Amino acid sequence: MFEIVHKRQLSEAVFEMGVRAPRVARKARAGQFFIMRTTDRGERVPFTFSDWSAEGGWIRFIFMRVGKTTHELSHFEVGDSVADVVGPLGIPTHVEDVGRIAVIGGGVGAAVAYPVARAMADAGNEVTVVLGARNEDLLILREEFEALPLKELLVVTDDGSAGEKGLVTAPLKRLAEAGEIDHAMAIGPAIMMKFCAATAKEHDVPCVVSLNPIMVDGTGMCGACRVSVGGETKFGCVDGPDFDGWEVDFEELMSRQRVYVDDERAADADYSRGCSCHQ
Amino acid sequence: MSPVEPDAGAAGPAEKPRHRPSRAPRTPMPERGAAERAQDFDEVALGYTEEMARAEAARCLQCRNATCIEGCPVNIDIKSFIGHIIDGEYEKGVAVLKERNALPAMCGRVCPQEEQCEIACVLAKKGEPVAIGRLERWLGDFDLACELEKRCVPEIAEPTGFRCAIVGSGPAGLACAGELVRLGHKVTIFESLHAPGGVLTYGIPEFRLPKAIVEAEIFMLTEMGVEIVTDAVIGATYTLDELMTEEGYDAVFIGSGAGLPVFLGVPGENLNGVYSANEFLTRVNLMGAYEFPKSDTPVARGRKVAVIGGGNVAMDSARTALRLGAEEVFLVYRRTEDEMPARREEVHHAREEGVEFKMLCSPSEILGRDGFVTGLVATRMALGEPDDSGRRAPVCVMDSEFEIDCDIVIVAVGTRANPLLAQAAPDLERSSRGYVLTDDEGATNIPGVFAGGDIVTGAATVILAMGAGKTSAHAMDRWLAGRSRAV
Ligand SMILES: Cc1cc2nc3c(=O)[nH]c(=O)nc-3n(C[C@H](O)[C@H](O)[C@H](O)COP(=O)(O)OP(=O)(O)OC[C@H]3O[C@@H](n4cnc5c(N)ncnc54)[C@H](O)[C@@H]3O)c2cc1C
Ligand SMILES: Cc1cc2nc3c(=O)[nH]c(=O)nc-3n(C[C@H](O)[C@H](O)[C@H](O)COP(=O)(O)OP(=O)(O)OC[C@H]3O[C@@H](n4cnc5c(N)ncnc54)[C@H](O)[C@@H]3O)c2cc1C
Ligand code: FES
Repeated sequence: MFEIVHKRQLSEAVFEMGVRAPRVARKARAGQFFIMRTTDRGERVPFTFSDWSAEGGWIRFIFMRVGKTTHELSHFEVGDSVADVVGPLGIPTHVEDVGRIAVIGGGVGAAVAYPVARAMADAGNEVTVVLGARNEDLLILREEFEALPLKELLVVTDDGSAGEKGLVTAPLKRLAEAGEIDHAMAIGPAIMMKFCAATAKEHDVPCVVSLNPIMVDGTGMCGACRVSVGGETKFGCVDGPDFDGWEVDFEELMSRQRVYVDDERAADADYSRGCSCHQ
Repeated sequence: MSPVEPDAGAAGPAEKPRHRPSRAPRTPMPERGAAERAQDFDEVALGYTEEMARAEAARCLQCRNATCIEGCPVNIDIKSFIGHIIDGEYEKGVAVLKERNALPAMCGRVCPQEEQCEIACVLAKKGEPVAIGRLERWLGDFDLACELEKRCVPEIAEPTGFRCAIVGSGPAGLACAGELVRLGHKVTIFESLHAPGGVLTYGIPEFRLPKAIVEAEIFMLTEMGVEIVTDAVIGATYTLDELMTEEGYDAVFIGSGAGLPVFLGVPGENLNGVYSANEFLTRVNLMGAYEFPKSDTPVARGRKVAVIGGGNVAMDSARTALRLGAEEVFLVYRRTEDEMPARREEVHHAREEGVEFKMLCSPSEILGRDGFVTGLVATRMALGEPDDSGRRAPVCVMDSEFEIDCDIVIVAVGTRANPLLAQAAPDLERSSRGYVLTDDEGATNIPGVFAGGDIVTGAATVILAMGAGKTSAHAMDRWLAGRSRAV
């Protein structure tokens, strides 16, 4: 069992959680993820590390309540325990001094973008962060990003309730057009990554994306996480989660993410009936 | 312990009556009817009763030169354990089994006895061999039905002070662990999944190998002192090197299996509804998807399911799909039934339950609409000259493509070595296909690191993996003994 040692609600549906997992914390690197099961009947769900401490023996992640498991998890409190935590999984984000880089975090993807931006800055890069959300309430980690040694933090919301009104691709395009970035890294919903990669490609800027296909084991054993990259099938869990955004078949990814939508809705509805938070 | 059993025809020791082999036909295995069992996940074969076991054991000739023992990959003293059933001394029979095999209830269920011990039975030459596997299962179940204190726990040697790490808790790792604790070493198994057992847990379905049996036999190993750490991926959570250095293990055994699924490489393979058998079976067996939404993991339930392949894995997938409510399940195999590597019994069961066999055809494309599978294009095959495996190789028949209507495709055409562990251990010598290279006793090129089971041989059988685990355990024991002398 793995004890929850930290919990903070960041917005209506977004939570930050810390879990005691010394074995995993020892090894965690930016861009990697772990797999959790809340209970013995639980699904194996992947989350990316948002922070960790090898000395403290804990890992942190930020999750959005989207279905049954994340809903259930949102009711876990400090002192409770989850059944399983396994990791670190996936190949760490390639961090080196590449010069000027834009890190784009959309929605809950900001949680993944945070350690990446920090690592990129630590490696000596000039980092511009584009932080996007649908509205101000859903915008997360703004203060944390502000505390990093960034060149600039650009905030964008769909409705203009915070920062610039529009999509994250707008500032990305400006940066690319002005020749102010050599590299981009986009982390967020598949559709956002798709357009970021396309925008970057138009300006010949390499763009790495962090993919989130449905997973089961997370160790290369099942192939649930298949993604097409440059016409080749890759396993998201062991070959990724980072891939060359120019080459990813995002349509396929989005289609595969929807495979269980009906089942998932039914499971969450079933769970919500017995749960007080939605009434 | 070496019980002396009278040979057929020879005079036995004075205190025991002479064994007169029965000439009755082989005792059939009681099974649930095909229609009933295809509706649920409960076990198909019910197991012998005590009377049936006695009746079947009585058929054994108790040959002076028991050839069946040679047929067993771990050389269980078959003649002796059957002798104990004849005599009604079941505990002694269990002890004989456990001397060689820590997991008899499981092996009794899944070993291909028909090509191992039973084919070597003298009775097989003229008719039907003794049902050795069913008797093994019966004794294994007999032991598990006993109260914990009464169960057979093999003797354990004095502690040696050495610590051994085992990677993977499939049959190879479990057998190696069982043997090492008996030899007095401290043993920790590291398993990447949340539950131990390897293929026994995530692959072979409940209706063929109940998970309660797997859990009970693994529990007996923990009773003997084996420690099992789940959620630990070697190559990620710890590297091989860290096990030997920071974690302080004196020797390591790698039994990580051949868990990497192979796909067909045909167009449409990433459509929703295409599963590797590994994913499909893992969702159902390990994650309990057949109880969704009581368990949280879903699995697509098809109306028409096409399973590609002809081995045990394909049979298990097809029969699982039926139990999830599919109206039709097709098995698509590129050779004929004679070449199918699956156990005869499983082929028979699958057919009885209504799996339809489409032989001599090979999928060339998977069709879909809106991202979901709608069908399969297959090409007819004919058998040509024998290939490397000695089986006649399938060759395409020109212009013979046809469509099969289906909404789920399960690919069961084999597995390879998962590179995860080895990538973090570049010094470990592997074959070009990624399997770990060892000598006959499982020693790898790294001193103190041994390997066995599917990670060395490629996908094989439970008992071969167990045999390799045991062999390595003894080699490790000798290696450790050498080290203590050196110190
Ligand atoms: C490598 C990786 C890293 C991730 N990191 C984060 C993170 O840091 N924060 C976060 O909030 N989310 C993250 N996710 C997504 C997260 O795993 C899903 O939101 C979660 O599994 C949803 O479970 P649920 O039962 O609440 O929702 P469900 O109702 O089951 O599913 C909602 C949607 O989530 C996705 N999903 C469902 N099950 C899985 C699964 N087993 N694996 C992957 N996706 C699934 C599907 O697209 C589905 O439609 C990550 C996913 C991956 C693959
Ligand atoms: C569906 C199916 C049906 C089968 N039916 C039969 C049958 O009827 N009879 C028969 O004899 N054989 C059968 N087999 C074959 C048999 O199950 C295998 O040959 C056998 O399980 C191999 O044992 P193993 O211990 O080498 O590997 P596995 O059983 O594969 O176990 C390996 C274990 O190692 C773990 N692991 C892998 N990598 C790591 C890592 N890096 N760190 C930690 N742990 C790791 C895995 O999670 C797994 O638990 C079947 C196989 C399948 C898939
Ligand atoms: S999640 Fe199973 S192989 Fe990637």
